[in-house]
Amino acid sequence: MKPPRRDTEESARKISRRALILGGVQAMAMGALLFRMRQMQVEQADQFRLLADENRINIRLIPPIRGLIHDRQGQVIAGNEQNYRVVIVREDAGDVEKVLRRLALLIDLSEEDVARALRDTMRNRPFVPVTVAERLPWNAVAKVAANAPALPGVTPEMGLSRHYPLGPEFAHVVGYVGPVSEADLAALEAPEPVLQIPGFQIGKIGVERHLEGVLRGAAGSRRIEVNAVGRVMRELDRQEGTPGRNVQLTVDHRLQSYVMARLEGESASAIVMDVDSGDLLAIASAPSFDPNLFVRGISVPDYRALTENEFRPLADKSAQGLYPPGSTFKMVVALAALEAGIVTPDERIFCPGHMDVSGRRFHCWRRGGHGRVNMVSAISESCDVYFYEIAQRLGIEGINDMSARLGLGQRHDLPLSAIAAGLNPTREWKQTRRGEPWLVGDTINAAIGQGFVLSSPLQLAVMTARLASGRAVAPRLVRAIDGQEMPGAADAPPLGLDQRWLNLVRRGMDEVSNHQRGTAYSTRIVEASHRMAGKTGTSQVFSITAEERAAGVRSQEDLPWNRRNHALFVGFAPADAPRLAVSVVVEHGGGGSSAAAPVARDIILQALHEGTPPLSAYPAPQRNRIETMQRELIERIERSTQGSRGRA
Amino acid sequence: MSYLEYAVQRVPTGAAKVLHVNWALVLLLSAVAGVGFLMLYSIAGGQLAPWADPQIKRFALGLAMMFVVAFVPIWFWRNVAGLAYGLSLLLLVFVEFFGSVGMGAQRWIDLGIIRLQPSELSKITLVMVLAAYYDWLDIRKTSRPVWVVIALLLILLPTALVLRQPDLGTALLLLAGGGAVMFLAGVSWIYFAVVIGAGVGVVTAVMVSRGTDWQLLQNYQYRRIDAFLDPSIDPLGAGYHISQSKIALGSGGWSGRGFMQGTQSRLNFLPEKHTDFIFTTLAEEFGFLGGASLLLLYALILIFCIVAAMKMKSRFSQLVTLGVAANFFLFFAVNMAMVMGLAPVVGVPLPLVSYGGSAMLVLMIGFGLVQSAHIHRPRGRA
Repeated sequence: MKPPRRDTEESARKISRRALILGGVQAMAMGALLFRMRQMQVEQADQFRLLADENRINIRLIPPIRGLIHDRQGQVIAGNEQNYRVVIVREDAGDVEKVLRRLALLIDLSEEDVARALRDTMRNRPFVPVTVAERLPWNAVAKVAANAPALPGVTPEMGLSRHYPLGPEFAHVVGYVGPVSEADLAALEAPEPVLQIPGFQIGKIGVERHLEGVLRGAAGSRRIEVNAVGRVMRELDRQEGTPGRNVQLTVDHRLQSYVMARLEGESASAIVMDVDSGDLLAIASAPSFDPNLFVRGISVPDYRALTENEFRPLADKSAQGLYPPGSTFKMVVALAALEAGIVTPDERIFCPGHMDVSGRRFHCWRRGGHGRVNMVSAISESCDVYFYEIAQRLGIEGINDMSARLGLGQRHDLPLSAIAAGLNPTREWKQTRRGEPWLVGDTINAAIGQGFVLSSPLQLAVMTARLASGRAVAPRLVRAIDGQEMPGAADAPPLGLDQRWLNLVRRGMDEVSNHQRGTAYSTRIVEASHRMAGKTGTSQVFSITAEERAAGVRSQEDLPWNRRNHALFVGFAPADAPRLAVSVVVEHGGGGSSAAAPVARDIILQALHEGTPPLSAYPAPQRNRIETMQRELIERIERSTQGSRGRA
Repeated sequence: MSYLEYAVQRVPTGAAKVLHVNWALVLLLSAVAGVGFLMLYSIAGGQLAPWADPQIKRFALGLAMMFVVAFVPIWFWRNVAGLAYGLSLLLLVFVEFFGSVGMGAQRWIDLGIIRLQPSELSKITLVMVLAAYYDWLDIRKTSRPVWVVIALLLILLPTALVLRQPDLGTALLLLAGGGAVMFLAGVSWIYFAVVIGAGVGVVTAVMVSRGTDWQLLQNYQYRRIDAFLDPSIDPLGAGYHISQSKIALGSGGWSGRGFMQGTQSRLNFLPEKHTDFIFTTLAEEFGFLGGASLLLLYALILIFCIVAAMKMKSRFSQLVTLGVAANFFLFFAVNMAMVMGLAPVVGVPLPLVSYGGSAMLVLMIGFGLVQSAHIHRPRGRA
């Protein structure tokens, strides 16, 4: 209902009263604003005028010099080189496209470069300098400087940019740097201002990424005087930043070069590790790629070539690659069985060439069987049936326990990207991931490193180093930061394994290479002081189908490359006083003794001799062939180092 | 006051309305907008492009809209207040899902010609709905808790949606603008005392929550607060806007550096110089005299609104007029306080001067309502 008229009038009066009160408050606020304005513009005007003049003096950040990465001999793996570049500022340029077209007449600019620069200027705020071209020769910079009046907003700048003098050799370990991306910035809580310097680069993968905090350093600043149109007149003072710290890795570039050359033509990985300190002397993944391409911004065809290559050059097979370890896993099963006391060293098990378990037939690699074998001969001849038998007695839990003690199925703490954890399969794992119960057959497959078991070459190297030293050696990649030694594995705790069992397994490994019936006898080292002990492994990728067998496919060579078996070899040397451990995986190489063992032998000899080994280390009949190969490798190494230096 | 009562008294109709427009107010608004054109022309280095020209066109459009709104009887606006409010809420929900992202916040819908910011629109619809609500409400119930809570909900609904965008500045303005209408409508003092007390509590909570799991603001907002409290901690980062703005303003002195002579704006030391920080350019080029003059123009607009409101007889007309004025005041007071370093940088434009479409159009619609209330007020028969 309508309120009576008197109420309406009273309400109007009330509103008016309140309006006046509010008006009063507003007046007071405006008074305060006026007072503040007067205070700033009249009383403190001189002070602010001074600041305004100082504003013509600009502060600019100087990017810090990124720390160098050396190998253990002090060879630079990642360095910095002078880099002349040209930047453009949108709001100074006016018509950016016209200026860029003019610039393209002076220096070598592709249509793509112009389009990219144009896009970048539009994406950034108008006063942000955008890099148009990098790595220009000095005369191009001089041309730009001489034509400055015709190129508003364009300035040549000099800076340092990352360079990897060894090219592809350490691409997977050291990684590369690249421009800061939106994703990089978003990942940070409060990005440092230095990240917004145009062209600033941060580590994207590998050591460059994981030691970013160590390598980056802190930005410096310089005060420069700008004139009324914003052009830099002179530098007033300069405060250098703190350069990033230098990192020394445990790797040996000469050994790495050798390993890379030795693996050429294969899709493979090899690791050399010091069994006492855990130092990784070489971590190679072949084929590799040139990290310098990424620093410059890789072109689309180059990138496509890398991603479409069947050998996957971008993947770091050494730490990210997972393979069924095959027979190299047998030491784990052997030690576990001995520890559990379910087999004695002398017990002989009969191998007829196969074993039947719950209605399924599991074959030994030797169809005819090994006859009666004990622990040592089972390792050296790699008898599968022996291990089927003891694994059945042991069960998967016992195997997993030993596997973990030897460093398998876990991520080792290294500054590398995407380190794979591998897999020690358990009953629970199979139940949750596959929804199926664990079968006896799964344990039997695991006994010979097949089935669900997965390890990386890095883990296999760690396992071998632990077997050789008897201590829980952890891999080490960073040797020193700014000359200060990093803690190593020199005092790694003992594995707590019975010395008798360790010696027995080592003897088995010794006989692999040095007993006539051993699977790697043909790739033995005859030099007594450098004798190698090891274990071959061949892991199945696909089993040969019945049709293929019927069609006569018998040997690995008859299969297409990507269906052949992986070839593995792990070893240490010298056999009686181990210093180095090696692991080699050749993807689809065929067989461990034919494809991986020779590589491992050449690498470990090279490492022990710190150079080309004498031919007397090899069995006499092989020496001619080895001599030719050594010559070829030396040429190959020279070619590749010259090649990457030449590009620099 | 019903239509019947209007009919008894004399209300201008037809072409006679033109005579009853508050022309002084129109003149004042044009003068303020003129200051804006001048500054945008100066900032562009003595050119109409890229800012002054579109701004002039927008103001012309704004004026046209103001007259359209003004010539529609005020009781029509009272009747559609609820509808307008509901529509603006829908738009706020719409931008939540489909809006474009700018400056890290969801804010606008692109309509082609202009970018409509529903948060701006809701400032006016909120004033309308509150005015209509108190017009409808029995005056004796104004201060009863239930009816106060309803008014509060009307305010908090759009505020919460705007805060989600996240646009802290507009959310605070909505809150303050709505509160002003409630105050004008005669809600008891006690409520305001409680709210102000709670406000102090919230500020404390916001500062205490920092760095904990239940942190109440975005990190960038905390950084702005830090920079506001002490711009020198990060003169090249978060404190940059404030430091540069204060330098520009202070260096203007008594009479300024002269039209188009401001070094700070010329050399691009000033950020957002054509939008939120446009007052600093004015203060740099025309000094204290220029800044004070603009403040005087603003004050006159407020005074004209208050005087006009006093002559009105309908509660709706009075509340809308005063509510629009209060919003207008909040706009320029917060903006000026911000550029003078008295308030944190919250992204509030200088009304009618800053470059931008939505805020100007919405304000002109608001003044259209003020004009409509002014024209259609009943006068005694002469």
